[in-house]
Amino acid sequence: MTKRVVITGMGIVSPLGCDVETVWKRLLNCECAVSKTEIFDSETFPTQFSAQVTDFDFLEYLPEDVHDAHKSASRNTRFMLGAAMQAWQQAKLPCPLGGAKGSSGSEVQCPSADRVGVYLGAGEGPVDFGPFIAATTEAWQPESNEIDWVKWAQIALEQMDPAKELEQEPNMPVAHIARLFGLLGPTMSCLTACAASTQAIGEATELIRNGQADIIITGGAHSMIHPLGVTGFNRLTALSTRNDDPQTSSRPFDKERDGFVLAEGAGALILEDLDSAKKRGVPILAEVIGYGTTADAFRVTDQHEDGRGGTAAVRMALADAGLAPSDIDYISAHGTGTSENDSIETRIIHNVFGDIAGDIPVSSVKSMLGHLIAAAGVVEMITCVLAVRDKIVPPTTNLTTPDPDCDLDYVPNAPRKVPVHIAMSNSFGFGGQNNTVIIREFSE
Amino acid sequence: MPERRVVITGIGLISALGSNKEAHTRALFDGTVGIDRITVFDPSGFPSQVGGQAPTMKMNKLVPKAQRKSVKLMSRDIELAVIAADDAMKDAGLNTRANNPDGPIDIDPIRSGITIGAGAICCDIAELAAAAEYGKAEGVFSLKKWGSEGMSHLTPLWLLKYLPNMLSCHVSIIYDLQGPSNSITCAEASGLLAINEARNHIAQGKADVMVAGGAENKVNAMSLLRQCTQNRASTHYNDNPKEASRPFDKKADGNVVAQGAGIVILEDMERAKRRGATIYAEITGAGASNTLCDDYIAPNAEAVGMTVAMTKALKQANLKPDEIDLLIPHGLAVPEHDQAEFNAIKKTFGDHTVNLPILLTKSRMGNCGAGSSAIDLVIAALVMHTGKIPGNMNCSDPIGDGTLNIPGPQGLDKNINHLMTSCYSYGGQTAAMVLSKV
Repeated sequence: MTKRVVITGMGIVSPLGCDVETVWKRLLNCECAVSKTEIFDSETFPTQFSAQVTDFDFLEYLPEDVHDAHKSASRNTRFMLGAAMQAWQQAKLPCPLGGAKGSSGSEVQCPSADRVGVYLGAGEGPVDFGPFIAATTEAWQPESNEIDWVKWAQIALEQMDPAKELEQEPNMPVAHIARLFGLLGPTMSCLTACAASTQAIGEATELIRNGQADIIITGGAHSMIHPLGVTGFNRLTALSTRNDDPQTSSRPFDKERDGFVLAEGAGALILEDLDSAKKRGVPILAEVIGYGTTADAFRVTDQHEDGRGGTAAVRMALADAGLAPSDIDYISAHGTGTSENDSIETRIIHNVFGDIAGDIPVSSVKSMLGHLIAAAGVVEMITCVLAVRDKIVPPTTNLTTPDPDCDLDYVPNAPRKVPVHIAMSNSFGFGGQNNTVIIREFSE
Repeated sequence: MPERRVVITGIGLISALGSNKEAHTRALFDGTVGIDRITVFDPSGFPSQVGGQAPTMKMNKLVPKAQRKSVKLMSRDIELAVIAADDAMKDAGLNTRANNPDGPIDIDPIRSGITIGAGAICCDIAELAAAAEYGKAEGVFSLKKWGSEGMSHLTPLWLLKYLPNMLSCHVSIIYDLQGPSNSITCAEASGLLAINEARNHIAQGKADVMVAGGAENKVNAMSLLRQCTQNRASTHYNDNPKEASRPFDKKADGNVVAQGAGIVILEDMERAKRRGATIYAEITGAGASNTLCDDYIAPNAEAVGMTVAMTKALKQANLKPDEIDLLIPHGLAVPEHDQAEFNAIKKTFGDHTVNLPILLTKSRMGNCGAGSSAIDLVIAALVMHTGKIPGNMNCSDPIGDGTLNIPGPQGLDKNINHLMTSCYSYGGQTAAMVLSKV
């Protein structure tokens, strides 16, 4: 029989705070994390603001005896370590497993390390911009329009730091997490752009369902707030350029929306086989009951205009959960604030939910948090768990001018008490990868 | 629902040995080594100057007319995936919208998916440098000037060439694969992990056909630089490139960067039989774990995670170690890594180790990163199908004190009922897979 999968731990590092309860309180308070970009000088960039993590020292989250092992971690991995440790502790797991060393004494039974895995949807680390751009610009020969590779190599070998280069690789967050906790189960990382951590949650759920692991730490981390990241998104004209008023720049579903707001951070979930959670006697926060993964297979530059792939992902998740559309109490939208996404996502919800589409509260916390790219999905999933727990749904802020193409109930500008038992989170990636995960209030 | 059996019905390859399955079959059995001095850029300034460069292809000819516009958005990593997928799809004999845009097709788009392993794609440094020239103020790069002027010289879709999920996206668009879609980023372990995830989708009934594998271009300045600064690249064979990649040999001095992709077409076995497909092998077991390496590069000497992955794969296939007829290990040619892998092989296979033939593919084509373990699985399927094990090159003085069974350049004729491939990444991820004859 397929195993049931429950959530037993959660952690967040985000621009609105570096623990779950603070972030939740501030979301329900309609607070906005967007401000002028301080990480690098973007004064002349088309977009000069973002949602940045501040007041965060990852070492405070880690036992002192492992500081050395993680001190070279890049920005995204640091976020991941902070979020992961919160989730791990909430799930009352020893660090590391096996307890040979480490300080977080555990009262519950320690699972076998080869039954505990990690599956992240994590981004690459920020480019070490100084040495990279120095080598690249100094080796350029404008007369012949080519790179002098000998010079490039000379500068790069001199200036690039081996550890910093290694830590940019996209599998480094997962490597650090596996090492921190001593995991010998399946160790995986995916990067499906803005859908990555939702996909990781879904695939991790599958691994537990199929008996390949008892516990998986999942989620993701990303920071693209660096010169090349912002350059890339600015060239795509995907970012809001509302430089005169950053606090209102993230406007999902609003007619005046002009792009998404880049954010950074991490989220972590402990997924656990129900039997394991019961045996360990840990509190169960929610149950994961449905997962859908599809591709638009349309264009790498645009979403399918009818939301073909997104519609299929939502339907696949509903079928996987054995639910009818009317069973869904709340939808955490992808809701990026780009013109294309929000109208197509609205169409997707109409496609699936038909006559009742307008009755279901749909909101985008990206209006307050910005877009954490690979990490967006897991942070939004955590807000779904909290919505189920507290029977309240977070708002979509900055929604002041209705858009006829966005005609659902987006919970505008104030949170709302709703008896949420089942919640759905959608994520759609650049290139056309779509993922949906459904959770339910836990009951036997 | 009971698990469905999953088989390989098509294989596709590109590497320094050639641009398709046929070329690889020839090259593998005639002893060709594809490694040479790097020519895609001048490597003289790097400590390591050799690489495994795959042939370039006219992408405009390869990509169906309807998607031809997207060719200019394909970085080399994406090209490699598209080329190997084309080879595999043709090999599987499936009609799709790519080869039969106006006629009947053999796949149900929503029941067909893709999972491809990808590396961190390095941007085209020359392209960036040309734009950065406009970001210079008084001869020096300035972020202010870059923001106001320089960046506008980059093509608007610049970023899309370098997102690792674009390998899967382009291939899914070409063949209209609307089912499960993922992109695995676990360095060298990506390919096998991707293939196993795809297999599980079919086994669990979430898809009927999956395109799976991995691709990466490591022959670029950034990848080579990282390999060099991490002391993993071969540096003593710059004048003798064909001998540079020496997995499991005592004179090994590092791995060789390479370009390549391996793609398999996976199908539900019943479906494959119904349509009379060529069945290369069944995937009967897989395992994944972690080596918990101390420096995030080198597996520790016991390489626990490799043993765990291989043992899990055997257990899932319900096989004893001595039932495995061939092992394709990772064989990176970095001495301490090879030693750790040897320890793991001995621990997993015990007394059977001396009787277990080993095939080391990287001596031929180098390290294709996220493509490497997928290439190994494709070669495994090919070997199982032909009953011939290609020869091992550059391994005249093997490690392992005589306990390793490494056939020489002449290869070995052998009926193979079950084989295993195994891999690990520099980040510590490990994976192993067992193929069995149907």
